[in-house]
Amino acid sequence: MALYSEKVMEHFRNPRNVGVIEDADGIGEVGNAKCGDIMKMYLKIDDEMITDVKFETFGCGSAIASSSMATELIKGKPVSEAMMLTNKAVAEALDGLPDYKMHCSVLAEEAIKSALDDYYSRHGSDRAEDESSKKIGRPVDAAGRS
Amino acid sequence: MIYADNAATTRMSEAAVNTMVAVCRENWGNPSSLYALGQRSKEILEKARDDVAKAIGADPREIIFTSGGSEADNTAILSAAKQGAKSGKKHIVSTAFEHHAVLHTLERLKKEEGFDITLLDVHEDGLVRTEELEQALRDDTCLVTVMYANNEIGTIQPIKEIGAICRARRIPFHTDAVQAIAHVPINVEEDNIDMLSASAHKFHGPKGVGFLYVKKGISIRNLIDGGAQERGRRAGTENVAGIAAMAAALTESLKNQEKTAEIVTRRRDRLIRGLQEIPHSALNGDAVKRLPGNVNFCFEGIEGESLLLLLDDKGIQASSGSACTSGSLDPSHVLLAIGRVHDVAHGSLRLTIDEDTSDEDVETIIRAVKEVVEYLRSFSPIWRDLMAGRKQFIL
Ligand code: FES
Repeated sequence: MALYSEKVMEHFRNPRNVGVIEDADGIGEVGNAKCGDIMKMYLKIDDEMITDVKFETFGCGSAIASSSMATELIKGKPVSEAMMLTNKAVAEALDGLPDYKMHCSVLAEEAIKSALDDYYSRHGSDRAEDESSKKIGRPVDAAGRS
Repeated sequence: MIYADNAATTRMSEAAVNTMVAVCRENWGNPSSLYALGQRSKEILEKARDDVAKAIGADPREIIFTSGGSEADNTAILSAAKQGAKSGKKHIVSTAFEHHAVLHTLERLKKEEGFDITLLDVHEDGLVRTEELEQALRDDTCLVTVMYANNEIGTIQPIKEIGAICRARRIPFHTDAVQAIAHVPINVEEDNIDMLSASAHKFHGPKGVGFLYVKKGISIRNLIDGGAQERGRRAGTENVAGIAAMAAALTESLKNQEKTAEIVTRRRDRLIRGLQEIPHSALNGDAVKRLPGNVNFCFEGIEGESLLLLLDDKGIQASSGSACTSGSLDPSHVLLAIGRVHDVAHGSLRLTIDEDTSDEDVETIIRAVKEVVEYLRSFSPIWRDLMAGRKQFIL
């Protein structure tokens, strides 16, 4: 039996939406306190719709596949829907992850929420204060320090 | 396929497979039985013991067959601890980067029996300093256990010198030689070794079998009760086929050892030079005092599991000390012991080649690793920060 599902491997081998958006409307970077991995999400938002999303990940196969899948799940969707994305949904869309790799999908959820919070804080909403952004991920500043 | 994970396990040699199959087919009797069928098995067992003993310069009566390296380590350490405790000696000296079969046994002795454990620093080069060992010894030290060569970074310890120091102080000296045996010349007499652990599957033998060498005069406490096998030091019907195959593999490896080591070392050095061309990378452990086939690198800005998966896609099997590759999500204790920080240990790669790895394979590995590292760095947020100067390079 392989370590990962075929879906995970497919996304890992051909990750979608890799890269950066220079003029992003929201950027989120989170780190995993457990294994020390970092995920960064860039969002382009137009009229409350996510028109573009890109990611960068320093992490395992599961983390890269989760980032890729998460970007697919929110691209072209309204912000309100992206806000509801859970790590479970990401893992399910990948046909499951090994138990000890579930935390990598949490990183994807957190990165998107953190990017959305950044968007809201730039646009003067109090969404950034929402508790949901501070659950598990370890926020990292621009210099990559936690 | 290029198999470069020989420190994990090795392919069984033809001689080992043939021996194993032949014993299973023709000599399946119990060596403890008195009729001819059993006695033939006994002969095979004792012939294997002679061969193994000869391979390390020991007496056959000093060899105890075990289920592998971990059992041998456990038996050696627990025996010395029990012996020591009898006279109130409850201090053991070891190193910070031992195999877990040693470290976890020591931890248990500490927790459950109140032993005092000193773990020697292995420094940046992955080598124990004999002066520091000498300083660590006490009147109540009942055992020194230092691995012959490290399983991750392959560094070879000054075993002979350590053994001499222990002899002078009359302290038993055990070495976990699981990675070293058959790859470097070992002679227990010349190397001043009192106990030595070995495992067959690291030298082209089968899994689930190994041995412990115990110098005459050192008492052994059997971990497994239930029979008089192995002179009462290890109960249980002997794995005759496995033991015979182990002896065959060992004998064969030793025949060609010098030549093999020379060829593999040359390829290892080419591999090291090739990988050193990757910017912000570093070899882990001393470049010279290391096992012929061991190459271990850290590449900054990437994570090891991704690296392994992509190398596997290119037909190369290797391993990593990254936290993400361990079920516990802890980075390699070996890399931490030589001072690599978590971030850097993350991007580690261990390639352990053998005589089957050709010159061409080595070039293929170098190309593949370069490609994969570059690719992973292309979308690593850490690499971006490093390149933009927002973060300081460590390597
Ligand atoms: S990111 Fe480290 S285990 Fe997945």
